[in-house]
This record gives sequence, C-alpha cells and structure tokens, in this order.
Amino acid sequence: MPWSKIRPEHNEPDFAHDEDKSPRRLSYAEAVREALDQALSLDSRVFVMGQGVDDPAGMFGTTLNLHLKHGKERVFDTPLAENGLMGIAVGAAIGGMRPVYFHNRPDFLFLAMDQLVNHASKWYYMFGGAVNVPLVVWACIGRGWGSAAQHSQALQGLFLHIPGLKLVMPATCYDAKGLMLSAIADNNPVVIIEHRYNFRHNGHVPEEPYRVPIGIGAIRRKGNDVSLLAVSYMVTEAFHAALILEKEGIDCEVVDLRSLRPLDENLILSSAARTGRVVIADTGWKTGGVTAEVAALIVEKGFKSLKAPIKRVACPDVPTPAGYTLENAFYRGAEDIAAAARELIKDRK
Amino acid sequence: MLRIHRVQLRIESLYHLDEMKTPIHLCIGMEAIAVGVCANLEPRDYISSSHRSHGHYLAKGGDLKGLIAELYCRETGCSKGRGGSMHLVDASVGHMGSSSIVGGGIPIGTGLALSCRMKKEDRVSVVFFGDGAADEGVLYESVNFAILKQIPVVYIYENNQYSVCSHVSARQAGELIFHSVHQRLMKTDVVDGNNVLEVYEAARKAVKRARSGKGPSLIECRTYRIRGHAGAGSDEKLGYRSAEEIRSWEAKCPVSNFMAKLLREGIISNEEITDMEKMIDAEIDEAFRFAQESPLPKAEDVERYLFCE
Repeated sequence: MPWSKIRPEHNEPDFAHDEDKSPRRLSYAEAVREALDQALSLDSRVFVMGQGVDDPAGMFGTTLNLHLKHGKERVFDTPLAENGLMGIAVGAAIGGMRPVYFHNRPDFLFLAMDQLVNHASKWYYMFGGAVNVPLVVWACIGRGWGSAAQHSQALQGLFLHIPGLKLVMPATCYDAKGLMLSAIADNNPVVIIEHRYNFRHNGHVPEEPYRVPIGIGAIRRKGNDVSLLAVSYMVTEAFHAALILEKEGIDCEVVDLRSLRPLDENLILSSAARTGRVVIADTGWKTGGVTAEVAALIVEKGFKSLKAPIKRVACPDVPTPAGYTLENAFYRGAEDIAAAARELIKDRK
Repeated sequence: MLRIHRVQLRIESLYHLDEMKTPIHLCIGMEAIAVGVCANLEPRDYISSSHRSHGHYLAKGGDLKGLIAELYCRETGCSKGRGGSMHLVDASVGHMGSSSIVGGGIPIGTGLALSCRMKKEDRVSVVFFGDGAADEGVLYESVNFAILKQIPVVYIYENNQYSVCSHVSARQAGELIFHSVHQRLMKTDVVDGNNVLEVYEAARKAVKRARSGKGPSLIECRTYRIRGHAGAGSDEKLGYRSAEEIRSWEAKCPVSNFMAKLLREGIISNEEITDMEKMIDAEIDEAFRFAQESPLPKAEDVERYLFCE
C-alpha cells in the first residue's frame, strides 16, 4: 500500500450498529465524499476548501471531482498558508457560510493554531453569543510507509484541551458520513480527525443523508468482562482484540467514543460500571492525551465500580520513527489491547 | 471624531477609579482613520479590528452604551462582559468582533469579504490593522488570497509607528512590501492618517473598487499613537521616544486641526462646536450611568456561550 495511495482492502469488522445495517457498502473515502456531495447539494452555504481538494486524487478520494459537480467557487484549492486560510474560513463562517477546510495531515494544523484556537474556538463565548463560527476542519492522521514524525501526529489530545472546539473521530464508514453531515450542520467549529487506516475499509452506508449526533458514543460489541474504550482506528484494533480474547473465555465490550468533545460520559461510565475493568486505546501519545482524560473521568466519577486499575494503550512519548522496524515498535494494536485486558482479568475470582 | 475623542478622554479620566477592570488601548490621535474610512460604509458592510478598537467600533455605528458597559464588564456590555475592551462586537452594524491577537482580524476580515462574494451580497469588508500586525506573516497570506480571488476587501494599515515601545524601523526592513505590488494587481495608497478628508477620499475610491467587483485595495494611513500602548495617560517617562516627538504629533491632532479648518472656512461656528460637545458629553454621561447601573454577569453563567445551539 504505497503512501500516496490508499485503497479499500476489506470490509470493516462486523461492528454492532444502533440501527439496521444498510446492505449498501461504500469505502470510507466514498462515505466522506458522499456526505460532502450531499451537503453541497442541500445547502448553498456549504463550501469545501483545502490544498489539493480538486487535484486528481481528491484528498484520498474524499473530495474527488466535487469541483466538477459543484463548481470551483465552492470546491477550491488553497494557497499553502494554513493560518491565513484558517482565518479566512473563520471569517467566511462568521459571514454566514459553512466552510469545510481540508488538511492532508493534522501536523499542518499546527500552522493554523492561532486562528483555530485563539479565534474560532473563542468567538462565540468571547462576544457573549453575538457571533458564531460554523466551521468544519478535517485532517487525516498518517501512518505507515515511512510517514515519520511530521506526517503522522495524532493531535487529538491537544484539541481535546481547547474549550469551544468540538472534536470528532469516526471509526466506521457509517459514522464517517453521518458525523461529517452533523459537523457541517453544527453551529460551532468542529474538528474531525480521521485516520489513514480507516481508509482501508468498506462499510455499511445508507444512500440518503443522515446525521450521527456529535457527543454520543456507540457500543460496537457487547461484553461483560472488560470494557475496551477506543478511538478512531483503535476501535478496529479493539474489536480484533475482543475476538482474540473471546477464544480465551474473556468477554469484552468494545466502546467507540466517536466524539471526544463532547465526550459521552454516560456511555463510558455505564460500561465501566458493568465490567469494572477498563482498557483505553488511542491512536495518539499517552501523556496528556485522550487515554489520560478518559481515565481521569472514570476515576473521578466511577471509581467505586473499578475492580482493577485502568490500563492505557497508547503510543510511546516519542516522535514517530520512519523506518518500519521502529514504526512497528511505536504503534499499538490488537495484541497490546488483548495483553492489557488479560492483565486486568488475571486476578478474577 | 469629536465624539470618539471625548469618549476616549472620559474613559481615561475615570480609569484610575479601577471600576473599568479591563485593559484599555486608546486611539487618541488616530480618530481620523476610523471616521474617514467608516463614513464610506453602509451598516451592512463589515469591519474587523484589533485591540485598539474603540474608534473603529464607534465610527461604524457601534452602540456607545454597549461599549462603556463592556469596559465595566457588565452583562449589558456589547460582549456581555465576556470580552472586555479588546473584544468589542456589534453585529447589527457589521462589526463582527475584534481580536487582540495582533494580526488576528486580518484573515477574518478577508474571509468576511469572501462570504460577501460567495453569497453575492452587496457588501464590502474593511480590515483595520496596525504596524505591529504588518510584521505578521498572516498579512501576506491574507492579501495574497484577496488578490488571487479578487474579493471585496479594503485593508486599512494604521501605521502609528509603535508596537508597545518598539518603533517600526526596528521591526521592518523598509516600506510595506505591498506598496511594491503592481497596481494592476492591487491598488495601494499612502495618506496622512491625521487628515480625515485625505483618508475619506482614499477610502472612498477603495470602497468603490471593492463594491464594483474590482478586488482589494490597501491604504496606509500614517499616524501616531499619542498615549502609551495600554492604560491611561502619557508614557513619556519611559523614555523610548522623545517628548518633542510626542509634542510634534499632538500638534497634528486630527480633531482640533479639522475643527480649526471648519471654523476658518466658516462651515461651523464656535457656538455649534460647544453645542456638539454638550450633546456628546450628555450622551457619554448617560452611557457611563447605564454601565455603572447595569448588572454584572452571574457566577453561575460562567459556562454559558461556550457552544451555539
């Protein structure tokens, strides 16, 4: 799978869905693209901007040929000026438009942090509700094929820290579409962080427009022994871990957090209360990140239900190495999640 | 101008009472720019501005009571006491919020212009920024995009020569780079920012160009910050600029010079000026009374306005 191309290779795991599964399958990229296409068709305020959104690859396929259908005024390439263009998107949103600003990789959002963090996230609060910023910022975490330290950063922990930003990390093709449509309809700045490995999947995606509410997690597999709370691509890894553990007689629940801000506290706490044993898995670093925040939540509000210490599965606190032997050592997956769960269960009476 | 000037003086004279618990950045000596530009704008037109924004806010038609109540951090302030002096807003007259991150308003104002174009509205967007903001890369990014897309934006560069205590010559290698841009790409101008008629005329042409779809313009208004960077009173004692320099610019006061010109030309009488001052002062009295009597935001509302439903 060369770096510049990512194609759907297989179906996503047989996740539990809240609703009946559509027999129609789309790739992850097609699901995102369909959301954008429908939003552009349904709402004249929506536009899509970003470096390469009209190029022949169409941002991993998510924006492919949308400029041909909706015009170059509404789907346009941008200068490599992340902060300026983020501010321009903020201004357009304040002026009543609904921009969707695509970034190839979250690493480049660092260049736009002033406008995203100092401006977009604060505008509604700072002006006492006088002006709001309906803006969607999209970026896809790179992984593999030597992406290295500046094309693979999972920065959700940073964005999670910022009040006024909503933060969404889909794990399924269904959610990739439904959360995008919700983000576009939202009256606030919403950051969507995708993961390159999700793009290997095909999944159930209904054709009609639908929204997945931001702030509501989902149980992808019911279980009673251990709760595996996971984000984005780690939901797939957690699901595989649950299948491994099932053969060992350990019954895992897989919880897909879906949104990190707002976080579905009730779902997390109720799953933790049911099993008493929790593994939290994230695609990002451990320190000050998603696993830390979710663990703190459970300790603060659900401590009494815990039968064992919380386990965290996250990347070590080093920049991502390029070489594949070190890359393998850096990333965590199903085996690490399974090992963490076994640790929790070993003293089970 | 007279109104903006007198509002500034009143704020300054009461600031020591410590009832306005917010940083203030006075625009005394710079009144002509806000007024000369905004006189060309309709209420529907947008402006974006900076930490030094009292003048822009009032010139665009922002509510005076809302301004003063904001300085008093009241629930009735234009930003409901959440923004303070650096974050003013009055969306009803196209003032969509000012940023205190230097240069922060530049791309936002550019984006507002983009929204006008995309919605095919008869609106222009004016961006006020200072020489500190002219140091920032985001100015280059924004102006480049505005030229590229030919959007209806007017950049007003208020060169008051100082960023806090740092003179522009210590920060910039020469003239603003956009003056070197071919005039076919973007029309730029340099005017005496203390001469309201000069500012008005340059802005009139720029606004007309923007309104008729001829793209962005940039006007450098050369002026001077009479007071210190923040707070009330002169900062002469700090010694980073000479008393003579300050005096020489005080002599160029845009308000008194314009007033003298109007008197000289018989357009206005001393009596009319006195009447105007009385009227303005009564309005200011009323605004301060309103602010002082207004309720403060409640502690239980600290999380309100985080997200828009």
